[in-house]
Amino acid sequence: MLEKALTGSKRYYAWISLLLVLIIAGLSAYMRQFNYGLGITGMSRDVTWGLYISQFTFMVGVAASAVMVAIPYYLHDYKIFGQIVILGEFLAVAAVIVCMLFIFVDMGQPARFLNIVLHPTPHSVMFWDMCVLLGYLLLNLFIGWTVMGAEKKRVPPPRWTKVLAYVAIPWAISIHTVTAFLYAGLPGRYYWLSAIMAARFLASAFAAGPALLILLCLLLRKLTAFKAPAEAIQALAKIVTYAMIANVFFFMLEVFTAFYSNIPGHKAALQYLFAGLDGFNNLVPFMWTAAVLAFLGIIMLLIPKLRRNEKVLTVALIAVFVAAWLDKGLGLVLGGFVPNAFDRVKEYIPTSTELTIILGVYAIGILLLTILYKVVIGVREQSMDCEH
Amino acid sequence: MNRRDFLKVGALTAAGIGGTIIFEGLRNSGAQAGVIKESNQALKAKHWGMVIDVDKLKSPEDIQRIAEACHKYHNVPDIDDPDNEIKWIWREDFEHTFTELDNPYLNDKIKEANFPVLCNHCENPVCVRVCPTQATFKRDDGIVAMDYHRCIGCRFCMTACPFGARSFNFVDPRSHIKNVNTEIPTRTQGVVEKCTFCVERLEKGLPPVCVEASNGGILFGDLNDPESDVRKILTGNFAIRRKEELGTGPSIYYVIRGGKDSA
Amino acid sequence: MYNGKKIILGLVIFVLLVTSPVLANIGKQNEPPEIDLDTPAISQLEQRQCVESPEYMLANHMRMLNEWRDKALREGKTVYISDSGKEYEMSLENGCLQCHSNQEQFCDSCHTYTEVEPYCWDCHNGSKGADLEK
Repeated sequence: MLEKALTGSKRYYAWISLLLVLIIAGLSAYMRQFNYGLGITGMSRDVTWGLYISQFTFMVGVAASAVMVAIPYYLHDYKIFGQIVILGEFLAVAAVIVCMLFIFVDMGQPARFLNIVLHPTPHSVMFWDMCVLLGYLLLNLFIGWTVMGAEKKRVPPPRWTKVLAYVAIPWAISIHTVTAFLYAGLPGRYYWLSAIMAARFLASAFAAGPALLILLCLLLRKLTAFKAPAEAIQALAKIVTYAMIANVFFFMLEVFTAFYSNIPGHKAALQYLFAGLDGFNNLVPFMWTAAVLAFLGIIMLLIPKLRRNEKVLTVALIAVFVAAWLDKGLGLVLGGFVPNAFDRVKEYIPTSTELTIILGVYAIGILLLTILYKVVIGVREQSMDCEH
Repeated sequence: MNRRDFLKVGALTAAGIGGTIIFEGLRNSGAQAGVIKESNQALKAKHWGMVIDVDKLKSPEDIQRIAEACHKYHNVPDIDDPDNEIKWIWREDFEHTFTELDNPYLNDKIKEANFPVLCNHCENPVCVRVCPTQATFKRDDGIVAMDYHRCIGCRFCMTACPFGARSFNFVDPRSHIKNVNTEIPTRTQGVVEKCTFCVERLEKGLPPVCVEASNGGILFGDLNDPESDVRKILTGNFAIRRKEELGTGPSIYYVIRGGKDSA
Repeated sequence: MYNGKKIILGLVIFVLLVTSPVLANIGKQNEPPEIDLDTPAISQLEQRQCVESPEYMLANHMRMLNEWRDKALREGKTVYISDSGKEYEMSLENGCLQCHSNQEQFCDSCHTYTEVEPYCWDCHNGSKGADLEK
């Protein structure tokens, strides 16, 4: 089936070439980092995790969000999602690979990555994170590829794909819970030391992930013969709406606890993010943009007339996705390091090498996604042709 | 036999042969001819700890001297860029050592006193809990040790440490070491390092470098032994630890005598 | 054969390319590595004896170093009593290199010949270690 990704229109080849250029740029930037060390990034002794890990955290959420399509379809027989389940599963595959790449580029000694396998450490959350991510990748890959193969041969998929899909559902919840546990169990970081971290992570994921999926469906509608049914898009949009409302609500709960209790440790990170602390405020504009986009997005999604208008829907979904990305991909991880263990503020600004590597990793993910989606489109086009 | 069956049998055979080779290889590894034991000279304890007598460290230069002795002995690089700096022991004032305490009427003497901060070798270390490869681990004698060979540089331990005690080699440290102490290895780029309570010196029966350089300001001993120096000074004086409420159980106690009447 | 001439030509070029290292070195002899045991410390030994026999060390030195590393660093056991009853300190700088102080002529000569790049010297000080004379 991969041969379907090897042929396409001129526009398709141009797109692949662009992605390859970005990937090569990212690779050469990574070689510079590999030789010089992580000092080439903006990370410091105080902000030890930067954009690499924050992007990893965000993409785990996008990967987990496939479950929002899988639960209605597999558990509740919501046949309307039938056409787009595979798109969700392949989005999960690409997202998990992006996650693993971000971890790899963040490691100080990447050649030793097998140490996690050679010396398994059950009391370390990071060990479990690696296990569940690998398992989730394999699950979605096997299910997706086999279902596609069955669709190509015009036969129903084998029974075991359904069993694996049932396993993948709680597994999806677990990958993001485990990722949240990386942060939520650390006694020294008050911004993260909250029971609601896992819930917040999941809500944000279930808003951003399906939003991305709908946007991809709308894009595929414009570019290919694949037209996702409007009803499926609307159902998924409603899921995004309520997930985003939950996400914002959980955030407000954090704000209440911090400011009503007035405990300095709890307030400090939120003050840094939304007002600045000790004169440092480079994340403030991003956080307020996220807040405005979140509210606008929710309003546009809540009002049925606006949601049903696919132009407005597109804007709303982009707003929700960007808001979730700013909150999780910037505010959450970077804010957790402020103030540091000595109550001082050290700010983090990514370097150009770092940004190039990030772009390269995302390009690899998008390339993977392009190839997988091209296979899906190719198989479906073939089926539609055969029907005539 | 059709092609599919042939491939299945072939794959199984290859897996069997490959597996046998690997299995035999692993079985024969660790062939050791001799016997391995501890050194007779080594200092032993059930729970190594430190008591810092803050009054005896009268100026920032005292701590500077201690830090330089430690860093020189352990080949800790001197990196100008504060983002990438590596430090095992250094000076902080009261407010930044004890961030959870907040006394607006604290007397000046204590406010400006000199506190050396270093890894606390906690009894319940978070860094050890989170390390995915056990590159940082707690020894039976209470020391939280580092295995630089195993560290993958993920920096989870640095994120987890509530005391900011750990440093990462963002660049190759060797070019930043003025005079290499050839008895001790350096580290390499991409691994995390911190104070190790001078395990190499303890094995030879010597106290940690900072203890020697402190002229009595830093006491080192077995917190589990009621007769040790450290326990005796703790019985007779009030001492606090950093961020005690977090439950990590730091092993570094600060004796602060306080008040303008103290010597 | 369809396109027969091109295929056979391609195959011949491929075989030549793949076997070119062998063909280029027919008749030449590669110099084996010269392991130099002539250091000041070794010449002063009463018995020229290493931690274990040369055959054992040749076959197992890396395994032994790995086990020494884990026992010394992770378990605090730093003394090794060999078959002969002698005690050695389990350390590169303060153990092995005290006798084999010529890292380039000893360790590196074999490793360079076999294209092995152990990363020991990224951290350990090699022949510059522990005030050794070359």
